Amino acid sequence: MFLLFEKLADLITYNFFGLDSAGRLGDSVHFFIYDTTKIIFLLSIMIFFISIIRSYFPPEKTKKLLSSYRKITGHVMASLLGVVTPFCSCSSVPIFIGFVESGIPLGITFSFLITSPIVNEVALVMLYTIFGWKIGTIYLISGIVVGIVGGIVIEILGMEKQVEEYVYQISAEESEIEKLNWSDRIDFARAEVKEIVSRVWKYVIIGIGLGAVIHGYAPAKLLAEYAGVNNPLSVIAAVIVGIPLYSNAVGTIPIVEALMSKGVALGTALSFMMATTALSLPAMIILRRVIKPKLIAVFVTVVGVSIIGVGYMFNLII
Amino acid sequence: MKITIYGPGCKNCVNLADNARKAVAEAGIEAEIIKVEDMKEIAMAGIMSTPAIGINGKVKIKGRVASVEEIKELIA
Repeated sequence: MFLLFEKLADLITYNFFGLDSAGRLGDSVHFFIYDTTKIIFLLSIMIFFISIIRSYFPPEKTKKLLSSYRKITGHVMASLLGVVTPFCSCSSVPIFIGFVESGIPLGITFSFLITSPIVNEVALVMLYTIFGWKIGTIYLISGIVVGIVGGIVIEILGMEKQVEEYVYQISAEESEIEKLNWSDRIDFARAEVKEIVSRVWKYVIIGIGLGAVIHGYAPAKLLAEYAGVNNPLSVIAAVIVGIPLYSNAVGTIPIVEALMSKGVALGTALSFMMATTALSLPAMIILRRVIKPKLIAVFVTVVGVSIIGVGYMFNLII
Repeated sequence: MKITIYGPGCKNCVNLADNARKAVAEAGIEAEIIKVEDMKEIAMAGIMSTPAIGINGKVKIKGRVASVEEIKELIA
């Protein structure tokens, strides 16, 4: 199926650039062109189909669904809906206010807010194409579990006072859910493909480029020693480094893949990826508008610790 | 007529405002375009995904950039 991309890469590398097919540079350029074109193509197709599914779950509907669940079921539902509801960090505040205002418990709201950025269509496409279905599925399930656990802990801690007072005073207007027909859904999906691909293509290129450099030049012995399975502190270090880094999954995944080929353990790599997507400085600054610093600290700690847990579990079992 | 664009100022919100301006010009009507960037006000209007567009205070399309054609239909 990917023969076409192989041929395209051949054409550009050997005919257009005139590089030697036996040389190291020719090899790297070929790999780079093949990977970027293939991933951008797959992304476009997958985003299209996932957007069709997503068009059935606008946040208003998610809110309605969630207000009828409590306790564990609520957390599980919130985390699962976090996977399919369209979300961008710029909407996290209106979503937060909408949920809390309609009476959804704080912890359940957080289950949603934690899973949503960790598991998204772009990350899944990259994971499935670069690592295969096994690691992709592991990531998907752990992302959902982190959301459930994180939300439950925040619920138990009873942080309701740590939400800015004004949030509780808002009473939002009842908004209707737009009725969509098939052609609307297709239009929506097309617009999503255009919007997401035009936003992420540069990160795909940078990520794969950096990945290629790591493949070629990073010292395997050093990495395996410091970030391999045998260093118990590596997961914690990966998460601490990953939290302030603001990156999307697209840029991170090819780098992580390259690091793994150099001996970095799977759990360590997964934790790093989750930390960069789940927690970031810009997202915290946005959330600060609705929650107080103490709850932000709790949020970062709870999610950070759960991600570290995931990392250790995988280093242990795989 | 009052057209309201809801959004915290991201790229999509700018695109939506541009489409609204074009639609108004093409339809040749008098309309005032107001931008609402405050998250609190956006939430109070019952919007959970941005950008959104409202006509005379009523939210019409949410969570995507409405096209010029769509907006022309809304204001016709």
